[in-house]
Amino acid sequence: MYGLGILKGFRVTLKNFIRKPFTVQYPEERLKQAPRFRGQEFVWYEERCTGCASCAKYCPLGIIRIVTDPDGGDEQEGGSYKIDVFDIDQGRCMYCGLCVEACPYDALHMGSTFEGAQATRADLVITMEVLKERPKHPSTWFRPQLEQAGVDPFGGAPVEWEDAGREAFAWHPKRLQAESKSGPEGSPPASAEGSPPGGGGG
Amino acid sequence: MTLRTEPVVVSIGPHHPSTHGVFRMRLTFDGENIVDAEPVIGYLHRGTEKLAEERQYTQVITLTDRLDYVSSMTSNQAFVLSCEKLIGLDVPDRGMYLRVIASELQRIVSHLIGVGFFLQELGGFGGTALMYAFRERERILDLFEMLCGARITVSYARIGGVFADAPADFWPALRRVLDDLPGYTDELEALVFESEIVQARTKGVSVIDPVLAVNASLTGPVLRGSGVAWDWRKAAPYDVYDRVDFDVPVGENGDNYDRFWVRIQEVRQSLRIVEQCVVQIEPGPVRATDAMLFRPPPGEAYVPTESPKGELGFYLVSDGSIAPYRCHVRAPSFINLSLFKEMLVGWKLADAIVSLGSLDFNMGEVDR
Repeated sequence: MYGLGILKGFRVTLKNFIRKPFTVQYPEERLKQAPRFRGQEFVWYEERCTGCASCAKYCPLGIIRIVTDPDGGDEQEGGSYKIDVFDIDQGRCMYCGLCVEACPYDALHMGSTFEGAQATRADLVITMEVLKERPKHPSTWFRPQLEQAGVDPFGGAPVEWEDAGREAFAWHPKRLQAESKSGPEGSPPASAEGSPPGGGGG
Repeated sequence: MTLRTEPVVVSIGPHHPSTHGVFRMRLTFDGENIVDAEPVIGYLHRGTEKLAEERQYTQVITLTDRLDYVSSMTSNQAFVLSCEKLIGLDVPDRGMYLRVIASELQRIVSHLIGVGFFLQELGGFGGTALMYAFRERERILDLFEMLCGARITVSYARIGGVFADAPADFWPALRRVLDDLPGYTDELEALVFESEIVQARTKGVSVIDPVLAVNASLTGPVLRGSGVAWDWRKAAPYDVYDRVDFDVPVGENGDNYDRFWVRIQEVRQSLRIVEQCVVQIEPGPVRATDAMLFRPPPGEAYVPTESPKGELGFYLVSDGSIAPYRCHVRAPSFINLSLFKEMLVGWKLADAIVSLGSLDFNMGEVDR
């Protein structure tokens, strides 16, 4: 019978007409984001960062600017450079997350927000001072240790720099310093000889 | 009395990127009939191929996201396959399975958009079918967000596998989508393909002859709509396509209806592939190497893959450095546009938009 297909189509529309809506009223209601969401508000731990500039090197757009002072750091002990400038130009960032993937010391993490409108382009550049003061809610993107720890970037507790790294960073000199101050109890230096994970090569 | 008429040249477009991209048609009309058609492209040219020459192989993955922005996963996969051939890497099984699962989900997304816009382009029904398609697309994009933290610009694949294993809550969520999608596909098919109005508007319109289609190097659903069963997943299986069982749906007449019909059938086949992959996948490493920097030996590599639009491949030439010496993109959308004039001439303006939609091209890929 001609018109049967149209009637079938109307049945589909009727079924959807009486269904509960799938949409939400955005600013008031929000959908749940995935913990791996690659968002703004990069989380950066100055205690972890050695100023190696791997992130700047692997950024496809070259928007991370790092200026280090070789005389000011403690690189003799395998520590870090003194970082003078650490700027991320979020106006050109595409949130691919390669900087986070490249960071061998788990110092840089993706953020979890997406509402970062600013009045001017200059305000989109986040500086080291801003990064230091930010609440530390890292995304679990490329950070399996945070995923295993069950870190929730949306409303969970902030993650301290000691807990953000792979292999508990027992080899990290600052970690060892902190342990020697607080005493030997409660320190898990199981992999004290561990090498820096991930990173370059190839 | 006879009216003296003369052809009128009408410029349609450039349209907003949310339609098919910034694409312009210069159509010549005799009354309402098209007598000449010329595509004008280049509005979205971003120089991807040149940009790739000054970026490391891993960094180019982010550029491939932006080629065909409704199917980033397949673009990622095509690029890393060429890189792996160039470097000579063997990918772990789990990495290949995850790539295939992601690519097939992406194929569903791309075809849902293609079919969803079908009614929109016919000029009727408001956006009903489109919104139904978008609703399902949204659920798959949520899966992508779980996998890789982004919805459109995924950058999921890495040279040697994928960047990380799927999180634990991905699999139950995938199960729910796989359970629901066949029903929604039936709904969409009942709404769109069984409607007599749609059939009257699209059957027999803009027929592409199979011989012409092959001669014009058309690939993908456009070629299969003309009745040629050619699919790179069958012809030269990459990743794990040789371990899964699926059919290649083909059309009969090569008209607009068949091209859309092939797409909705491919959604079902993609669901079949994902179902089999979920059963076959086993625990293990997902990435052959953690390296981000590669120095492939001098040489060249090309791996043809079946993207939702057709044959997508990256022809890479290495000179032994960390960046490709040349990166040519064999973009299916661009080559499928080559029969633009043959498809449109003789039909009316209202059919032109549908014929264009039946090619399901994407300007991000055409202009690169």
